[in-house]
Amino acid sequence: MAKVIVVTSGKGGVGKTTTSASFSTGLAMRGNRTVVIDFDVGLRNLDLIMGCERRVVYDIINVINDEISLKQALIKDKNCDNLYILPASQTRDKDALNIEGVERILNELKETFDYIVCDSPAGIEFGAFMAMYFADEALIVTNPEVSSVRDSDRILGILAAKSKRAVEGREPVREHLLVTRYDPKRANAREMMSVADIQEILRIPLLGVIPESVSVLQASNSGMPVIHMEKSDVAEAYRDLVGRFIGDDLPIRFVDEEKLGFLKRLLGGR
Amino acid sequence: MAVISGLIDYLRGTEKKTAVIAKERLQIILAHERAGRGSDTPDYLPALQEELMAVIAKYIHVDRDSLKVQLEKHDQYDVLELNIMLPDKVNSRL
Ligand SMILES: Nc1ncnc2c1ncn2[C@@H]1O[C@H](COP(=O)(O)OP(=O)(O)OP(=O)(O)O)[C@@H](O)[C@H]1O
Ligand SMILES: [Mg+2]
Repeated sequence: MAKVIVVTSGKGGVGKTTTSASFSTGLAMRGNRTVVIDFDVGLRNLDLIMGCERRVVYDIINVINDEISLKQALIKDKNCDNLYILPASQTRDKDALNIEGVERILNELKETFDYIVCDSPAGIEFGAFMAMYFADEALIVTNPEVSSVRDSDRILGILAAKSKRAVEGREPVREHLLVTRYDPKRANAREMMSVADIQEILRIPLLGVIPESVSVLQASNSGMPVIHMEKSDVAEAYRDLVGRFIGDDLPIRFVDEEKLGFLKRLLGGR
Repeated sequence: MAVISGLIDYLRGTEKKTAVIAKERLQIILAHERAGRGSDTPDYLPALQEELMAVIAKYIHVDRDSLKVQLEKHDQYDVLELNIMLPDKVNSRL
């Protein structure tokens, strides 16, 4: 059975699109037929992060409006055979989405794909609602920062009350905590909330921790999901995340300060 | 004064780290927000609040906003918290 996974947060700029790109790429690299959908209608960005912006011709709104077939709008990823991208519209706004249209698209995608990853826009308005409504599972992307944790809690409340699963009284959406932009050094100095703090507050199972790193910017600069980067903590953390999601038993890494070697420390670390 | 006591805390090394403050603040505000979210609130809370208000009003003059009834959920247990702000000078009805 195909699974719909929403990547959501409430708060903006916490790493949803970065995560959607690497998570879907990772699922595809592990042999799963995967499609990633940009729900940020009006502010599309996933295409840039995936590096396919110049190949975008049609978008999700064209499909919803029946102007083209779904097949015509899907873009095949340049690196992975199993991966497709459904871009958002840049010229329309979120009201161009509608429940029936999104449901029709998801049902059609379910016939072909194993995983459907939905990159949610920030906020709790209609676009974010559309991205989460049909979800089976949710990655709650959270930064170790008060406003992000509060917004994540808010989103959890909405998932529990307003998702299709909730409305229909089915088994609730499975929630996973993903802490991103984490700085173990500052957390250990108690200048920043720790993963344990966030877990204690949000009370959902932890699926992964993604460290703060300059490699995310390097990856977005070059239009390559960061999971492809060699020798990057962030890439390894995303690979671990994907592994855990599909059932590998992997310990959480990147929560302790890295023990820099003497020379590395002398040269200024990372 | 705050500056001085902050300084003393600092010198003693007992200054509260900001992550600890962040966590405490979040726990308080989220308990409040979750309680207001409906599905989490037991339906007897508003009635309980009304009745408590009636009992307290027999003895002390307090206004509606001075009484807060909250249910805080923890992993193993829930805490029912009653918060009554007494007026500056308690004007009991004796
Ligand atoms: N682990 C990380 N380390 C460093 N920078 C990061 C990390 N994750 C994300 N960023 C940076 O944070 C910014 C926001 O990331 P991203 O676009 O993925 O967030 P978003 O949640 O999708 O934002 P929006 O709410 O606007 O859609 C980007 O500049 C990105 O490079
Ligand atoms: Mg985004």
